[in-house]
Amino acid sequence: MKIKKEYAGRYIGKVIRIVILGFLAFIVLYPFLWMLVTSFKAEADIVSYPPKLFSGRFGLDSYISIWDRIPFLKYYKNTVIFSLSVTLISLLLDTMSGYAFARMRFPGKNIMFLLVMGTMMIPFQVIMVPLFVEIYKFGLINTYVGMLLPRATNAFGIFMMRSFFVSLPKGLEEAGRIDGAGEFRIFGKIMVPLCKPAIVSLFIFHFMYQWNDLLYPLLMTTDESRKTLPAGLATFMGTHVVEYGVIMAGACLSLLPILIAYLVAQKQFVQGIAMTGMKG
Amino acid sequence: MKTKSILEKKRERTGLLFVMPSMIIFTVFVFVPLIISFVFSLLKFDMMFNHIEFQKLDHYKKLLGDGRFWNALWNTVCYTVFSVPLLIGLALIVAVMIRRKGWFSGFCKSVYFIPAICSMTIISILWSFLVNPDIGVFSYWLSLLGVKPINVLNSPKWAMPTVILVGIWKNFGFNMVILLAGLNGIDESYYEAAEMDGAKGIQKFLKITVSMLMPTLSFTIVNSIIGSFQVFDQVYVMTKGGPLFKTQTLVQLIYSTAFDSFNMGYASTIAVALFLITFLISTFTFKRMTKGEEDLG
Repeated sequence: MKIKKEYAGRYIGKVIRIVILGFLAFIVLYPFLWMLVTSFKAEADIVSYPPKLFSGRFGLDSYISIWDRIPFLKYYKNTVIFSLSVTLISLLLDTMSGYAFARMRFPGKNIMFLLVMGTMMIPFQVIMVPLFVEIYKFGLINTYVGMLLPRATNAFGIFMMRSFFVSLPKGLEEAGRIDGAGEFRIFGKIMVPLCKPAIVSLFIFHFMYQWNDLLYPLLMTTDESRKTLPAGLATFMGTHVVEYGVIMAGACLSLLPILIAYLVAQKQFVQGIAMTGMKG
Repeated sequence: MKTKSILEKKRERTGLLFVMPSMIIFTVFVFVPLIISFVFSLLKFDMMFNHIEFQKLDHYKKLLGDGRFWNALWNTVCYTVFSVPLLIGLALIVAVMIRRKGWFSGFCKSVYFIPAICSMTIISILWSFLVNPDIGVFSYWLSLLGVKPINVLNSPKWAMPTVILVGIWKNFGFNMVILLAGLNGIDESYYEAAEMDGAKGIQKFLKITVSMLMPTLSFTIVNSIIGSFQVFDQVYVMTKGGPLFKTQTLVQLIYSTAFDSFNMGYASTIAVALFLITFLISTFTFKRMTKGEEDLG
């Protein structure tokens, strides 16, 4: 009897677990489904009450008119340039600094590393006003360079790469030196190829962060044509009569690259995030 | 060993060369702005810097008596106090439920993580449509349950809870993945030993899962607290701080003081206050992050 009861209990537990997890999956997925379907609907069908997911005519109207309604193509271009340039340059500088802090000796190394770690304790929001004034005074507001420079290196990236290089076996450099390779060659030809997994994680981390960021690009751009997707769409939401279909089409298009990347490289995404989170 | 070989000196120079670009960028775009923040907080000036007035500590005196500041601080604290326990609690429970391998767990894990990779701006736009009483499905569903549809984002009572829930919806998957990684690090043998001692489900959960998970758990908690003190995106998109400043957070107050009212001096004063608050919190994180690492050098 007791065994049967325990078995029944386990069975009920299993069902409850599936119901709860399934419900949560629904809560997460439904908004995205709604967004996708709405982007294909005509405006009149979207505002009809009661709201039905699949009703009315479907068409590409929103996807066609979005390019005229807002400078969407410019937003897209700006976001791609901003995200890619920041990611690539930051990867390079993070890797170089991480390598030097892990495996080289030079005066002032410890204090410099402490300073780098210290920048992690300074939220961007605290320094955003002077940063804006600085970029403004340099005449770099509304330029790609102005958006890139403050983000060209990242303390967390340096920390992560340093941890990775520290974990590599000792004496790797010696082997290179015996072969007569210079320090730059050792770095580029021996060390960097070894840390591909860390670089991939950091690439995803940086790219996703820049692509999605709102406050920083919002600050660095006052000109409509220089805005990134989040900044542009947020501004559009605030100033215009809302056209639901168009905005949802814009939202779908701006999520697309990240979602595709996630579908293709899901493992790297999850591992990368777990890795960045596990540094605690 | 006072004299270094030429080769060694060359290597030191290379090391310096490797870190120099990063150090210059940090100096110009982090340390200098931080110092300027403190200087600005003592000044009153306009965008063109034509009239600069030294205010001594007037801004700080103003801050202490400023209802808007205390309101924003209160809202930020409310956001933190309600969102962090719910967020981490949900992430922990889901992580434990999803821990067993299988296609269903794998599917759910992939799904829950989707909001974490999406931009908060897009998610805020999406949710402000979903809870919209005219077109929103969620308010329609609530109306089927007998709840009168109201514009929650315009309601002083419901705007903040909505903003909090959207934050949880976006972030629980992220925290779940981190906690899951921590959970997978717990050795099965602990559970086996506990079972032999006759430990029950809840006991096992509290005594083994939670206590073994403490380092990861505290990381996610501290991380979420710091994140909560910097909340901006949802508020900027969904409510602009309203209604009646009920959702105005510290960062949103800094932003609107600096870029809507152009009072950059006073905005810096609020920023310095935010810095002191987050400094206290992140000191703990920093300790955690460097603990267990071998000496630098």
